[in-house]
Amino acid sequence: MAHFEKAHSLEEWLDQRLAIKTLRRVLAEEYWIPKNINFLWAMGMVLAVTFGILVVSGIFLLCYYQPNIDLAFDSVNYTIMQEVEFGWLWRHMHAVAASVVFLIIYIHMFTGIYYGSYKKGREMIWISGMLLFVSFSAEAFSGYMLPWGQMSYWAGMVITNLFSLGSLELNGLVEWLRGDYVPGQAFLNRFFMLHVFLMPLIIMALIGLHFGALRIPHVNNQDGEEIDFEEEAKKYLAGNKKEAKVIRFANDFLSKDMFVVSIFLIFFFYLVFWHFDFAMDPINFDPADGLKTPPHIYPEWYFLWSYEILRPFPKDPGLIAFGFSQVIFFLLPFLDRSPNVAPANRRGLFAAWFWILLVDMIVLTVMGKVPPMGMFSTIGLVAAWVFIILWVALPFITKNEKAV
Amino acid sequence: MKELKILAVVVFFTLLTYWGVEPYAHSVMHKHIESKGFQYDDLKPLAKKGDAARGAQTFMNAGCIGCHGLKSQGMPAPMDPNAAVASFGVNPPDLSNAGAVFDAKFLANLIANPEHALMVEHKFSKAGRSFPMTAFYGLGGDKDQEVADIVAYLQSIAPKAEEVTPKMAFETACGRCHAVHYDKWTQIGERPKFKHKIDELKFEEKVVDYQDKLTKYLGKLPPDLSMYIRSRGEHYLKTFMEDPQELLPGTAMPRVGVSKESAEKVIEYLADVGDSKRAERDSVGKIVMIYLFIFAFLAYLWKQSIWKELH
Amino acid sequence: MADNSRRDFMGKVFGGWAALGGLGALYAAKKSWDPLPSVKAAGFTKVDLSSAEPNVLNVEKWRGKPVFILKKTPEIVAKQSKNETARDVVVGKDHFLVCIGLCTHLGCIPAYEANKEMFKCACHGAEYDVSAINTKAPAPLPMLIPPFRVDGTTLIIGEEGEQYKKMKAAGVLGKKPLNPKA
Repeated sequence: MAHFEKAHSLEEWLDQRLAIKTLRRVLAEEYWIPKNINFLWAMGMVLAVTFGILVVSGIFLLCYYQPNIDLAFDSVNYTIMQEVEFGWLWRHMHAVAASVVFLIIYIHMFTGIYYGSYKKGREMIWISGMLLFVSFSAEAFSGYMLPWGQMSYWAGMVITNLFSLGSLELNGLVEWLRGDYVPGQAFLNRFFMLHVFLMPLIIMALIGLHFGALRIPHVNNQDGEEIDFEEEAKKYLAGNKKEAKVIRFANDFLSKDMFVVSIFLIFFFYLVFWHFDFAMDPINFDPADGLKTPPHIYPEWYFLWSYEILRPFPKDPGLIAFGFSQVIFFLLPFLDRSPNVAPANRRGLFAAWFWILLVDMIVLTVMGKVPPMGMFSTIGLVAAWVFIILWVALPFITKNEKAV
Repeated sequence: MKELKILAVVVFFTLLTYWGVEPYAHSVMHKHIESKGFQYDDLKPLAKKGDAARGAQTFMNAGCIGCHGLKSQGMPAPMDPNAAVASFGVNPPDLSNAGAVFDAKFLANLIANPEHALMVEHKFSKAGRSFPMTAFYGLGGDKDQEVADIVAYLQSIAPKAEEVTPKMAFETACGRCHAVHYDKWTQIGERPKFKHKIDELKFEEKVVDYQDKLTKYLGKLPPDLSMYIRSRGEHYLKTFMEDPQELLPGTAMPRVGVSKESAEKVIEYLADVGDSKRAERDSVGKIVMIYLFIFAFLAYLWKQSIWKELH
Repeated sequence: MADNSRRDFMGKVFGGWAALGGLGALYAAKKSWDPLPSVKAAGFTKVDLSSAEPNVLNVEKWRGKPVFILKKTPEIVAKQSKNETARDVVVGKDHFLVCIGLCTHLGCIPAYEANKEMFKCACHGAEYDVSAINTKAPAPLPMLIPPFRVDGTTLIIGEEGEQYKKMKAAGVLGKKPLNPKA
């Protein structure tokens, strides 16, 4: 058994038992972050805060929500929105955060792509991040079912139908997923379980993995410069803070993060109080009705680009294209054949690739929402092809890239 | 300054995406209609000035009370809602508040030619059915004058515009077809509190019976409006009330002919029911915003104090 | 060495046995997500057709949807087009229309007008003929024929029988537009 001496303060007492001083040093004070970064590096913290908002608001919603097809709609729209004190606030925060979290995820992803933060030892950061993206998608979709409005019901119907895999007609698989022939009580219950327990558990574990994956390769910087972290840390600790290329995670990096977070919160709460329709689709304020299809069925905005890759093609090729769009981002570190870790604007053709991809995905997003008619179908089809061609071309574009 | 440039790029693409999926996509999906101010320009203008006292006489002689109640004048409806719906398909409205809730020109046109004013010809005369309310053919005198008199009479007995509450406007204009269960409203009136299960079941039976008959009459049960303020929004509700056919061609919903003020009251009622915390949302929002601006300011000062040693 | 490989072997045996337990648990997990017996039982609707009256619409419920069943009179059958007849469920000498009673425009439930021998949707005015083939916009498709099997005079909705497979092969189920006059 270890030998314990009498402690003279609570801190010391805890330190003897939990090594909190070491923890603080390793996780915060001497966790080194490059100095040469901009506010885009704070998106990780913004995401952590948004996830925190989702968890806390979710807990309060959970206190009154009823996962029952006859009660769910009214428990949300009457009990929570009108009876519970500040219930409306939790609901609005939860719904808006669920939408905004994807905006930040996309900014975070495109930052990583732009600065090449997914290669030379950072592959697992990218892959764990993509796993988080997929888990957040599942979390968002399962949560969207819970108010049991028209969009919940019909989105549930349409998305679970995808699992019949086109001409394979695996209706048994669809019925297994739903636990019924149409979305019903079993369906609502299991999505409730996924949303409030299994998916959050997986997300929290993945967040741990994502943070852990950063530890060895360290955070990238604005110029993709390879920094000798130990050497620079020595400079910093010797008091040469101005010359050192690194800063402490806390409070140096944290103070900048918190400023960005504070700006984000102003934007976020503006949406919560005055501009929430984009995240709380009006159609979902009509109770679920299996006998009445809404005139337009579309997913939330953050799924639209992949939905539009599915839609303009015939059934089976559409599903294949959709599957392609779901996995291709995972492969980015391996499809980019260039050894350069540098901002896209210094990487020749890759810069064009980056901006075309970004614009193409926005075009897909918009076309995914408008009805698939005439011009819109054509634009959607072209944009879907551009997306596929971009990814197929990536290895060839990057292979002959000049070293920066 | 580099950071501001990056921010500008991020904001640009964010706004572009927002514009595409919200204002632009919705303008493609939904027909945009502007309200015409509840003028009902297609209807014949009220040419004559009515006389309320004469109108009372005409009202009685024309047989209106054969179907309509006038509770405020001590004349209840001749039938209860269930009996009325069985005979007519819909419960004829009590007219106590009609003069205040409905537009005068609309009322005059309704009396003279109900199907046309209500815009339900496609459901009745053109579909080989007859509309339950018979047109007023006149009592032998100047028909326009008689109609104007009836309208004047209804206006004279109605409460003043400022006395009409949002709920009264809703009940008179919408409440016989639409339930609002968040406010305990059913098509046959407010759901009472019950002491005995049997009374509750009896009431329930009446509601279902009424709804079944109404469904048969209209082809479809009109929706519960509890959350319509959020699912349809103010603009849609307003333009839909003014002219249902324009937004939903072929719909069974008649043009109800509310005045502009009453339409606003109906919308206020629906907002009170479906979005009751909107005022709180606004006031809490302001406080949170003030808090956050100070939060951001302090975060900025903290960051500056730390980073001045780093640069 | 011998010791090591034996330990290795025992480790693998233990691991294998544990994996077997895991498979068992997975099997149980899969089964517990299957539709419940009560749900499955409600997935098939049996209708006795022997007592059906001609030209009177009978509405049954199947998997949360209304199913129209209409016995056609010999006069109706006589004047039907080929496409219309191809959608008939034949039981003995009688012809029936069996379809999911939802308007293919926006899913409202159309009403049957017996005197005109047609369906009319109250929502947006779409019309269908007596075989539920759309005859007036905005309906884009005929009303869908659900899987069915005929057993004597009993119609089982939810199972694919001979006649259903024939209709499927002929492409008249309602998944693509049909000309009511051809």
